[in-house]
Amino acid sequence: MAMLASRSFAGESTTLPAELPDGTRSIARYVNLPEKKRLLRLVDRPPNYATPVDVFTEAVTPNDRFFVRYHLAGVPTVGDMDNWSLSIGGDAVEKTVRLGLSDLQKLPSSEVLSVCQCAGNRRGLINPHVAGVEWTDGAMGCALWRGPALRDVLKAAGLKPGAVEVWVNGADGPVLDVTPPFRKSIPMEKALDGDTIVAYSMNNAPLPLLNGYPVRLIVPGWTGTYWMKHLTNIEVSSAPLKNFWMQAAYRVPAGLFPVDHPFQSQANETTVPITEMVVNSLIADPLEGGEAERSGFTVRGVAWDRGAGIDRVEVSLDGGGSWQDALLDRPLGRYAYRKFSLQTGSLRPGTYRLVSRATSRTGEKQAEKMKTNPAGYHNNVPRPISVVVT
Amino acid sequence: MKALAIGLMAALICSGSAFADEPLPLKPGPGGDLTIAACNACHTSDYIIMNSTFLTPDGWKAEVVKMRKAFGAPIDDEAVAEISNYLAAQYAAPAKP
Repeated sequence: MAMLASRSFAGESTTLPAELPDGTRSIARYVNLPEKKRLLRLVDRPPNYATPVDVFTEAVTPNDRFFVRYHLAGVPTVGDMDNWSLSIGGDAVEKTVRLGLSDLQKLPSSEVLSVCQCAGNRRGLINPHVAGVEWTDGAMGCALWRGPALRDVLKAAGLKPGAVEVWVNGADGPVLDVTPPFRKSIPMEKALDGDTIVAYSMNNAPLPLLNGYPVRLIVPGWTGTYWMKHLTNIEVSSAPLKNFWMQAAYRVPAGLFPVDHPFQSQANETTVPITEMVVNSLIADPLEGGEAERSGFTVRGVAWDRGAGIDRVEVSLDGGGSWQDALLDRPLGRYAYRKFSLQTGSLRPGTYRLVSRATSRTGEKQAEKMKTNPAGYHNNVPRPISVVVT
Repeated sequence: MKALAIGLMAALICSGSAFADEPLPLKPGPGGDLTIAACNACHTSDYIIMNSTFLTPDGWKAEVVKMRKAFGAPIDDEAVAEISNYLAAQYAAPAKP
């Protein structure tokens, strides 16, 4: 692995976001990385870098600003991927096949503009704190992903009856052989959904290494944990995948969060895997602690959900006391960010508490209070931003 | 214990990550060297600082046990106790009432 030290970004403010929790504030800083500029470093081994909030004034997140999240420190290099291929096997296919990048590129391709969000995004804003990577708002992004549908890739191996799950593995791995490698599974229903794709393109360019080069699984509407990077192995199985990452990690209390399509083969009586995202919104401008003129300003941000689409975003200037409907940009796709904006009009000097709250097309709203769960997932509580008008 | 620390440090040297800086120094104290070696074998010890303001002594112990049981960290009972005690003394929030 190449030794490329990260560097502080010159020419822009190095002031850390006001909302970073203590502890994280001591270690965080803005860095550039290969193919990446000005991300907020939380921890670097394994690499976990957040996208700064101001990037979310746009509905598409540029590749060089897209967040980075690894569980284990064995990250491959671009060179390691020179001879990359994808194996499709398992006990529920007719034959094991191996496809190269050119084979994938010959298959019919689909595009999906989709949010990829870490299940633990905003964990660092939960009070009381929950242990883990203390993300604030930046463990997410929205990109245009292109590649063949997973179901067309599976066809190359021939599906047999009795398939229950598709197991996936990537080229990244643990430092110690005894550590459980990061492997995940999805149910057949999601695997055969035409929007679930094997992406070799991100925003019309190859994927950056740290976002899964050369090929990543795209699971729109579902949290990022299933979006396997550096995808190398697909196994179609007649049995549920049993490992730490499915049975112990990434689980939530049964019934706590709404889902349209339960992941039955991984559910038990008390917990279920975290799957579909919850409806959420983020104000990206102004930023926490910002200052504004009394002539007024525009509140801008994005809203997203698990695939119904965003129906309404409301904005409050007084911490949730009163609400106004924000203007919504045209929808860019059911899994994409939807931009919103609100002109405040002239304001008296003072401190304003800005809050946004989104409603999906199925009527799902952001939670009023955190739905407490052991790992601090799915924090979609409307979150106030303090702005001083002078 | 010293042999374990040296072994873990060797693992660290062999597994340099492409983008990693040196972790921030940890506070000195009994068990500090072992903690630095054991944690950095697989991940930066900056995680300790990140979670330092709210994990209680029991919370830290649970994390250390998880590293051994779920992730296979090669640390015995004695090392688990030494690391947990170090984290409790140097980086823990007060125990909850």
